[in-house]
Amino acid sequence: MSVLIIAESQNNTIRSASNEAVFYGKKVAESLGTTCAALVIGEASGAASLGKYGADKVLQVDTGGKGFDSQAYTQIIKQVAQQESASVIVLMHSSTGKSLAGRLAIAMDAGLLSGATALPQIDGSSMIVSKTVFSGKAIANYELTGDVKVISVMGNSLKPELIGEEKTPNSLTLDLPTFNTEVLGVKTQSGTVPLPEAELVVSAGRGMKGPENWGIIEELANELQATTACSRPVADIGWRPHHEHVGQTGVAIRPNLYIAIGISGAIQHLAGVNNSKVIVVINKDPEAPFFKAADYGICADLFDVVPKLTAALQKAK
Amino acid sequence: MKLLVCISKTPDTTAKISFKDDNTQFNGDGVNFILNPYDEWYALVRAIELKEQKGGTVTVINVGDSSNDIIIRKALAIGADEAVRVDQPAKSSIDTAKQIAEYAKSQSFDVIFLGKETIDYNGAEVGAMVAELLELPYVSFASNMDSSAEHFVLTRDIEGGVEEIKLNAPFVVSAAKGMAEQRIPNMRGIMMAKRKPLNVIPGIETSSHTGVKSFTLPAEKDGVKMIDPDNMDELVRLLKEEAKVL
Ligand SMILES: Cc1cc2nc3c(=O)[nH]c(=O)nc-3n(C[C@H](O)[C@H](O)[C@H](O)COP(=O)(O)OP(=O)(O)OC[C@H]3O[C@@H](n4cnc5c(N)ncnc54)[C@H](O)[C@@H]3O)c2cc1C
Ligand SMILES: Nc1ncnc2c1ncn2[C@@H]1O[C@H](COP(=O)(O)O)[C@@H](O)[C@H]1O
Repeated sequence: MSVLIIAESQNNTIRSASNEAVFYGKKVAESLGTTCAALVIGEASGAASLGKYGADKVLQVDTGGKGFDSQAYTQIIKQVAQQESASVIVLMHSSTGKSLAGRLAIAMDAGLLSGATALPQIDGSSMIVSKTVFSGKAIANYELTGDVKVISVMGNSLKPELIGEEKTPNSLTLDLPTFNTEVLGVKTQSGTVPLPEAELVVSAGRGMKGPENWGIIEELANELQATTACSRPVADIGWRPHHEHVGQTGVAIRPNLYIAIGISGAIQHLAGVNNSKVIVVINKDPEAPFFKAADYGICADLFDVVPKLTAALQKAK
Repeated sequence: MKLLVCISKTPDTTAKISFKDDNTQFNGDGVNFILNPYDEWYALVRAIELKEQKGGTVTVINVGDSSNDIIIRKALAIGADEAVRVDQPAKSSIDTAKQIAEYAKSQSFDVIFLGKETIDYNGAEVGAMVAELLELPYVSFASNMDSSAEHFVLTRDIEGGVEEIKLNAPFVVSAAKGMAEQRIPNMRGIMMAKRKPLNVIPGIETSSHTGVKSFTLPAEKDGVKMIDPDNMDELVRLLKEEAKVL
């Protein structure tokens, strides 16, 4: 029995979001009284540091420079999981994790919970794990049975802590499966934390009146080192790029702080953001539905109050 | 090309959610159900476009009871050629995937389309499972499909960017925003849908290691604390000291 954690990399570097999966996996291993291993597929720098977040060992599989392929990766993970006698496989609930979790559940005849928001409760040979459902209106508590359980962890569910030391990766030699897809290229914005992983998010909507007014949003985001987001109409009319669109049909996020500026708070918008730990709403309409979902509200003209907030943050440094 | 689109039914986002049988079952009474937006707007429409480009047929499949016929007819009205309903309530993602794979095995589809996820459980599980059961490549959350050549180039959404993937049919793909533009069924489509075949087939026995034990409602928020717009220092202080997020 052991726990296997799938670490992810991008541009040949371990993604820092993997630390949370490792920390989660370590906690599960502790409650099962066993150890955990982090698996890195492909070349990636920074693999050793996974040990600092709790990996008892780090395993690395060389794919000869091939990119992500859910089918081939599933075969690789299955081989490693069998070698390690893994009874729990932990992934991130990311684009990669979601492409793998369902495949692994079939390949390993496993119980599956995708999008876990907390650690599992262990109940004999079964586990109870929770996730948010129905646009954040309820929590479903799942029971996983079977010899192998697959759990993908929703970002920002657990704060990873430094609990261990660097572990030199251990290279594994496996029978490499065939890759039926070819990654032609990866395009990512550099500099900012991707939205699904951002701890601080500054978001704005149609109340901004036009794309030329976004300067005050960017200044606030810069001051906070936050990632920017927007409501759907704003992305649809091309004021902002599509990858910033949050909500039911966009990206679902759960940052520690979500600041919503000039957004009414329609249910489809809330569906993607109402799991944020703290919500601040800036809106000039006291009846805006968003205030009902907010922790802190400011009823005022955003053009007036946003620069004031940026200034107050600067002053408080 | 033979194309399959998996379609599901989900409560409208604005629906009030409640549970029954000691909070172990979702209470669907009075809930307005819709065709899952990702399936309708993106997966189905992109499949229809592919058929318009390359010829062939678009089949939609749903696992569910006869109350789902209404969403199936909508998919036919939008432009699918025929429909299959596996006649049993959807029990779990694994069960749904096994039913779909069982049907697809006998048909050799070139491309199997799904939505990115259902908006009720947000599992994004069924596509990956169908692909594994059929031993096919799977590309999740595609926001673009270039089908101009013999092979396909798919653009897949990843954290903070996109990835471009080249592959050959057959494969399974889940469709995200960007894949296609929503089509509204017109009168002619709605009339024609009534005459298109909807084949009801029995399900197979399946087992799974996953089940919902109970539902709970999230803790109520304390209520909003309103801050004086002229006192942003106070907001910063609260975010630091009370909420502890800065
Ligand atoms: C099936 C479906 C899916 C959808 N999915 C999404 C989704 O994923 N994400 C999403 O965001 N939406 C989604 N929508 C759209 C959603 O219903 C709303 O229409 C949308 O969120 C509204 O965007 P908004 O708040 O920016 O604009 P509006 O509703 O126009 O709100 C603008 C707000 O700004 C305020 N405002 C205006 N001027 C100022 C000022 N000077 N100072 C301060 N405040 C000001 C106004 O009081 C108002 O509350 C979806 C809709 C449907 C039907
Ligand atoms: N009962 C069902 N019948 C047919 N297809 C389904 C069903 N449930 C889910 N799907 C498909 O699987 C996709 C992903 O669903 P999920 O894994 O539940 O998020 C949906 O967008 C549909 O395309």
